[in-house]
Amino acid sequence: MKSLKATQHRLASAASQLEVLGGLRDGKSFTPFEDKLATFGLFPLRPTGIEIFQANLGKMCNQTCGHCHVDAGPDRKEIMTRETMQQCLEALRRFPAATVDLTGGAPEMNPDFRWFVEECTRLGAKVMVRCNLTIIIANPKYYDLPEFYRDHQVEVVSSLPFYNADRTDRQRGEGVFVGSMKALKMLNAVGYGQQGSGLVLNLVYNPAGAFLPAPQQTLEGQFRKVLSEEFGIEFNSLFAITNMPVSRYLEFLLRSGNYESYMEKLVSAFNPTAAAGVMCRNTISVGWDGMLYDCDFNQMLELPVQAAAQHISGYNAGELNDREIVLRQHCYGCTAGAGSSCGGATAAS
Amino acid sequence: MSQTYYNPEDLKKFGGIGEFSKPLADQFFSYYGQVFAEGELSAREKSLIALAVAHAVQCPYCIDAYSTDALEKGYTEGQMMEAVHVAAAIRGGATLVHGVQMMNKVKEVSM
Repeated sequence: MKSLKATQHRLASAASQLEVLGGLRDGKSFTPFEDKLATFGLFPLRPTGIEIFQANLGKMCNQTCGHCHVDAGPDRKEIMTRETMQQCLEALRRFPAATVDLTGGAPEMNPDFRWFVEECTRLGAKVMVRCNLTIIIANPKYYDLPEFYRDHQVEVVSSLPFYNADRTDRQRGEGVFVGSMKALKMLNAVGYGQQGSGLVLNLVYNPAGAFLPAPQQTLEGQFRKVLSEEFGIEFNSLFAITNMPVSRYLEFLLRSGNYESYMEKLVSAFNPTAAAGVMCRNTISVGWDGMLYDCDFNQMLELPVQAAAQHISGYNAGELNDREIVLRQHCYGCTAGAGSSCGGATAAS
Repeated sequence: MSQTYYNPEDLKKFGGIGEFSKPLADQFFSYYGQVFAEGELSAREKSLIALAVAHAVQCPYCIDAYSTDALEKGYTEGQMMEAVHVAAAIRGGATLVHGVQMMNKVKEVSM
């Protein structure tokens, strides 16, 4: 499977995606997200203070998942340079953030990944890596990633859309489930997910289709039981994430005829409590090229922050905390039901 | 324009069934909500029962709704199909057990 960009698909363009999201369906449009927020006194949406500094280290990935909002894959070459990483470190020195959240693509494929993790750790930040698991076994040079993570007390957050091969592989590619189980065992072996180790291994569930996630707690129980009994795998928590109608998942929704019903579902499941707790209020997202965004989804839709400085070179947390968060119709994905964020549900269901 | 008795769009109008009799609809939906709430059976277990019953009563609206609901509740395709087989077995068994009545009648009227 190739990325939308490699196949020159029209949805590889952020403008085309925004046109779909803002367009009319059967002559009607969904209530603008801003209007929905205004109904509950949440518009304009403003930050509560940057706690999470999320850096996208590039779109390069060893997998080409069917739902990927980044349109990542082996054919994507965009990665963050060391110079941009140095600008990130400078920004973190001047304006410390409690957590540095590294994502991609597969962030480990960036040749400066380990150096950047070490430097972030030196600054005293908790480093979190969004690891797709199979990267650990993709090449001998990655086999020692579990030890590297352990040595730097990195929190590992790993996608696992289901606890069986069929549904996982349909979303993430042939053989991904077996590879993921192998990688999880390697992480467990160095202490990740083990009680008392202090090494945190969290899993991320996202639906393999046009439906919403079940309550996080229910899913966590099912995952824990099956992974423990059938594979002897332990983990800390499971985050349930709603798929966002962006990039390859948007393409799937349109191709399968599910777009309208999925958007209806998101809109009708709008939860003001989840809206008040959306992640863009305490997160800043840095693109591979250093541009600043309210979240990783706005990054992929090329909607930079509304602030004087839109690049990491001019990073000013104080100024960013005064901004208005940029909103579009995809934002309904974070406010449906129990809510959704990079850390899972944001409201009690 | 093709016409069918069942229109998937009609499922969205179910909530408006009270247009002709609001008190009864309100009571029904209140009851429905309570039935599917967490109880001695979990909401998850009830979803799978609903999926099986939807097939037994052959309601296309219910099959659409509870297929999605069961996926959302984390059931596998295999579990969902086993539930449908339970419905099929009961329906099949219900037909076949009437064969006893047929046998009784045949024996009653035969020499």
